[in-house]
Amino acid sequence: MKLYEFEAKEILRMYGVETPLSVLVMPGDDVAAKVREAGLEPPLVVKSQVLVAGRGKAGGIKLVESVEEAVRVAEELWRKPIKGILPGALLVERAVPHEAELYTSIIIDRSERRPVVLASRYGGMDIEEIAREKPESIVRYYVDPFLGLRGYEARMVGKEIGLSGRLLNSYASFLQVLYRVFTALEAELVESNPLAIVGDKVVPLDARIIVDDNSLFRHKELVERRRVEQRGEYTEWEVKARSQGLPFVELDGDIGIIGNGAGLTMATMDLVYHFGGRPANFLDIGGGARAELVKKAVSFLLEFPKASKIFINVFGGITRGDEVARGIVAAVRESGSSKPLVVRLSGTREEEGRRILEDASIYAYTDPVEAVKKVVSL
Amino acid sequence: MAVLVDSGTRVLVQGITGREGSFHAKAMLDYGTKVVAGVTPGKGGSEVHGVPVYDSVKEAVAEHPEINTSIIFVPAPFAPDAVYEAVDAGIKLVVVITEGIPVHDTMRFVNYARQKGATVIGPNCPGVITPGQAKVGIMPGHIFREGGVAVVSRSGTLTYEISYMLTRQGIGQSTVVGIGGDPIVGLSFTEALRLFQQDPQTEALVLIGEIGGDMEERAAEMIKKGEFTKPVVAYIAGRTAPPEKRMGHAGAIIMMGAGTYEGKVKALREAGVEVAETPFEVPDLVRRALRR
Repeated sequence: MKLYEFEAKEILRMYGVETPLSVLVMPGDDVAAKVREAGLEPPLVVKSQVLVAGRGKAGGIKLVESVEEAVRVAEELWRKPIKGILPGALLVERAVPHEAELYTSIIIDRSERRPVVLASRYGGMDIEEIAREKPESIVRYYVDPFLGLRGYEARMVGKEIGLSGRLLNSYASFLQVLYRVFTALEAELVESNPLAIVGDKVVPLDARIIVDDNSLFRHKELVERRRVEQRGEYTEWEVKARSQGLPFVELDGDIGIIGNGAGLTMATMDLVYHFGGRPANFLDIGGGARAELVKKAVSFLLEFPKASKIFINVFGGITRGDEVARGIVAAVRESGSSKPLVVRLSGTREEEGRRILEDASIYAYTDPVEAVKKVVSL
Repeated sequence: MAVLVDSGTRVLVQGITGREGSFHAKAMLDYGTKVVAGVTPGKGGSEVHGVPVYDSVKEAVAEHPEINTSIIFVPAPFAPDAVYEAVDAGIKLVVVITEGIPVHDTMRFVNYARQKGATVIGPNCPGVITPGQAKVGIMPGHIFREGGVAVVSRSGTLTYEISYMLTRQGIGQSTVVGIGGDPIVGLSFTEALRLFQQDPQTEALVLIGEIGGDMEERAAEMIKKGEFTKPVVAYIAGRTAPPEKRMGHAGAIIMMGAGTYEGKVKALREAGVEVAETPFEVPDLVRRALRR
């Protein structure tokens, strides 16, 4: 779950980090009144709250010199999609004069199987860009997951990016808080970029947190507290699928794809592409799917407008062919849709499945390559 | 010979009274795996398919000191605890089938197990099978056959699909390991390759990867350095997956330009690995590799 900038900053404040004075503006709010109530004085920054990286470059962050200008810019930002996404809220923040910008994030390094701190004295760009332009400036510091980030380690990182004196201590405290947030929220990523140098202190001008979806059962408060509907992370159909518990990713093509298991479903997409077709989606029914779930998945793609035809590729292990077949037949019967459907069925209870499908006039292929060629040619 | 599991494997099933645990305990027994005990806290004293159930791993190991492997079917919120319990009881191989374990938990128990000299396979994996000797996992046993080709994979169903194709074409497998689809796994490709390098039964290896992470690149690096010398055929799933989108598996996501299909294929090809365009080319490439 990606958190909005304003949510990430609220969390940092809860952990004692000083962030620039700001006010959240919701659709329909009187921007001027809100700004005045919050006691904000220009210059201000008006920021589109969208869950995509690279907002600044896409025109989602504007510096303004007066409240009137803030109102005008807000009008503009409400209507301005950032990478295709309209904001759910705007953040109006005090513009903080600063000397320099740093980059700091914490992620989990898969190969080392440890958290790693990434820090650079060149902030304001994304890490990819920094890695390309100033690779030598990136400090990578691995953290012991049992001990956490200790004070002297945080100071070492600060030292390595060239900080000293009281500024170094301010940075080290900030980094330790960031690490506490990272573990407390079970985050995949916590980031502050740019992290501004203001006198002898660091101040996060932006903050980003991505929480591991698998850990959300322990962080219900994040979901419950959410005031701005999730936008930008998922398309309309992805949101619909998620509400039904279907692992679905929307793509650009026209062939609807269902597979069992993430690997096989991806391989099915690749195979379609290999034979000249374009997948419209990724939809994995997982292991051991019962007829009811298969029906739900097939019905979903029958309604999904981008999929003009559907390819179902199942290799039964725990998943039973007869259950799959029953699900497909039920979905087709109920929807009355005439979308072409190509099925490949192999593995456990393949014969029974095939019979059930054939009774409903659906032919099931055994060979996935033949099946793919068929669906591409339709 | 074999790696990880063989005829000497004696299995403990943690979560044996649950739906999955009981079903797969039976399937493993049917395959001929020596499942000697199960654990479900609160169900100690009962039996599942003739296998005695204990309240704790410690009790199970005290009664059955021959246990050397555990397989975990415990739901995600409690699975990390089950891993610690197995490791603390001295079990050296722990196979974690459970899906959806928070990555911070996995990071900690994987590090803990290594410190204690234990190997974790998974999580979110189909397990390990040495055909004809032992199956410690959820894979359909009948699609595998004894032979000389190792299979190491991040995906369950693709493991089945490709192994079954090999079997039908008369190519048997030495040991098949599903290492799991999560961002952090207990046994990585390079670690698996190190085991197979030492295994005289293994003549060639099939590596089934997917987008996300850099495990495939690291395996390529190892092959390039000559630390794995047997022929390798690879297939990488997710060529058509868009960046920043998670494709089902928690680990299958291209982040900040890293973990792309192209990058993985390039690294593998530069190491002399034959990369199949589709899973269905794998058996032919393996046959050719074996002839060389």
